[in-house]
Amino acid sequence: MNYFIKRLGRSGITLFLVVAITFVLTRLMPGGPVATMRARLRRQNPTMTTEQINQQVQAAVGVRPDSPLYVQFYNYVTGVFQGDFGESIVLSPGTPVMDMYVNAIPWTLFVLGMATVITFAISVTLGALLAYKEGSKIDVGLSSVSIILNSIPYYVAAIVLIGVFATWLDLLPFQGNRSLETTPGFNVPFMIDVLRHAILPMISVIITGFGAQMLGMRSNSIRVLGEDYIRVARLRMLPTNRIATRYVARNAILPIYTGFIISIGFILGGSVILEEIFRYPGVGRQFFAAASQRDYPVMMGGFLLISFAVVIAVFIADLTYGLIDPRASTGDDNEAY
Amino acid sequence: MTGDPNATRTDGGTPEIPLTSVSAESVTRRDRLKDSLANHWETFLLAWSDWRFKVGLLIMVGYVLLGTLGVYLVDEPSFYDGGKWDQPFQGGENLLGTNQHGESILGSLIHSTPDMLLMLLSGAVFATGVAALIGILAGYKGGRVDSVLTTLTDTAMMIPGLPLIILIAAIWNPTNPIVVGILVSINAWAGVARSLRSQVLTIREESYVEASRIMGSGSLSIMRRDITPQLLPLILINFVMSGRGVIFNSVALYFLGILPITQAQNWGVMLNEAYTAGAVTSPELFYTLFFPLVTIVLLSWSLIMLSQGLDRVVNVRARARHEGTTREGGQVGEAGDATEGG
Repeated sequence: MNYFIKRLGRSGITLFLVVAITFVLTRLMPGGPVATMRARLRRQNPTMTTEQINQQVQAAVGVRPDSPLYVQFYNYVTGVFQGDFGESIVLSPGTPVMDMYVNAIPWTLFVLGMATVITFAISVTLGALLAYKEGSKIDVGLSSVSIILNSIPYYVAAIVLIGVFATWLDLLPFQGNRSLETTPGFNVPFMIDVLRHAILPMISVIITGFGAQMLGMRSNSIRVLGEDYIRVARLRMLPTNRIATRYVARNAILPIYTGFIISIGFILGGSVILEEIFRYPGVGRQFFAAASQRDYPVMMGGFLLISFAVVIAVFIADLTYGLIDPRASTGDDNEAY
Repeated sequence: MTGDPNATRTDGGTPEIPLTSVSAESVTRRDRLKDSLANHWETFLLAWSDWRFKVGLLIMVGYVLLGTLGVYLVDEPSFYDGGKWDQPFQGGENLLGTNQHGESILGSLIHSTPDMLLMLLSGAVFATGVAALIGILAGYKGGRVDSVLTTLTDTAMMIPGLPLIILIAAIWNPTNPIVVGILVSINAWAGVARSLRSQVLTIREESYVEASRIMGSGSLSIMRRDITPQLLPLILINFVMSGRGVIFNSVALYFLGILPITQAQNWGVMLNEAYTAGAVTSPELFYTLFFPLVTIVLLSWSLIMLSQGLDRVVNVRARARHEGTTREGGQVGEAGDATEGG
């Protein structure tokens, strides 16, 4: 139970910190959003009173520039946790930030969630396979290939994939999330169309990401295979399947699983670049559009949303980690020096 | 003393008081330096025997030469290097062709290198420096210090780095390569700190660390003299890998046009210009995209090779430690390592 409370606490701290970061960036940074906005409003409407300017700023970023700092912070935090992320100032002035992201969230979760899970599944399976076939040609070949793939940034892979599959072979669409001629809903053409649009972004994450985890799984499995308890299990004549799944896989996956948890943040954060390259209408693309137009409230909102998604995903993964590894729940307390 | 009764005086004392004699050879600072240099040289030779380390290092040296000497040998690209989109390998003046402004691609690639290397260096120094500080402190001190630092590390690791970097970059518009390097590794230290910490957790239980502690050495001196040297190979590996991360992120930001485009050449900017010129959709322009891509991937690959070669150094040490205690485990480690080399 202690373990769950700890993880919950950590998620809470992270959320708080993320909100604090956006607050500091929004409000306190010299030349930051609030200062910029006030300057712009004053320039555009010289007749405006300070009071009116402050009201406008409050509507956009959720803080009143003239109230005390702790009041601003309190208002900001409560606003954010009620889903009030302020209003857009450049992209579509006056629209609540949340509305701009609502339609984008499912697409990002769909593409990147699938990509994350598939990457993990592939690396675990292949890693275990290589460990069994240790030293064989498959082992050497796949290990080298995965290292080369791993040295390619995912956005480079995305560019090359577009070049090959969309331009050269003309097999797959290279932008957007669906064709206009399909009708959204539970019909087969639409679902196939969506998958076809999602396949290149997913592949660029998968082929550049599976290498590191696979090699980790491989060396862990090799280590576990040499352990005494595996020998004992064999001597006890336990069925091979049981040894492979319950003894080897379960112990070898543990360190990989931590890596998997860490990669969630990385992959979701990478959505910014990936979705921009594929013009995929997800959270990352919206965030990117806001960043290039310097639409600060929308930027902050996007950052908060991506962070929230990561925190929730990591929390779920942490909970399942506790199920796989019973030791995790006891915790390891070290003597302090 | 007691073995030779003749040596005792009548009052029971010995003619020479043993503790007053000083060893003729004392270890001077210079000797120690020599020792550690010899040690590092051996480590280097060990790593050098691994082909991956060799390849990685040679490529790295090549990039450094390009960034230092190459800049003087090859002219800075200008709009008058050649025509618009001269194809590469046509025997003309520009070996790798020109871009839409008529700038030589080879020249741009080479003149981007110094800034990229600066970014790489500053980012990697920042990330591993902070990571080593936090990881060693947390791992060695344990207790409350550890839990505070670990919470900090875990939180920093959970915050999605790229969006945060973009956020700050959009507000600040940094142009100095050193600042950009630090900015793009703003939370890269977290993962490194975590792995260093777990390594320190095993080192702190070693008998020589315990001996230092019993002798009354302060925490600071134990961390500096006993723990950090043991961690150096691991720190080096992480240094190399964070350098790779810096290249990934900074090129991405320039490619997307988030970081302000300055007068200086940059691989990411080259990608950006090629991409917006439509190099992805027109095969005859693909070379404008291809050469920067290869440059980036080759650099990143050489960094991975370097770190893998170094990894072997760490593992060999671990194996040697292991063999001292159990033969069985040593053999298993040997088998695992031999295949990794192949």
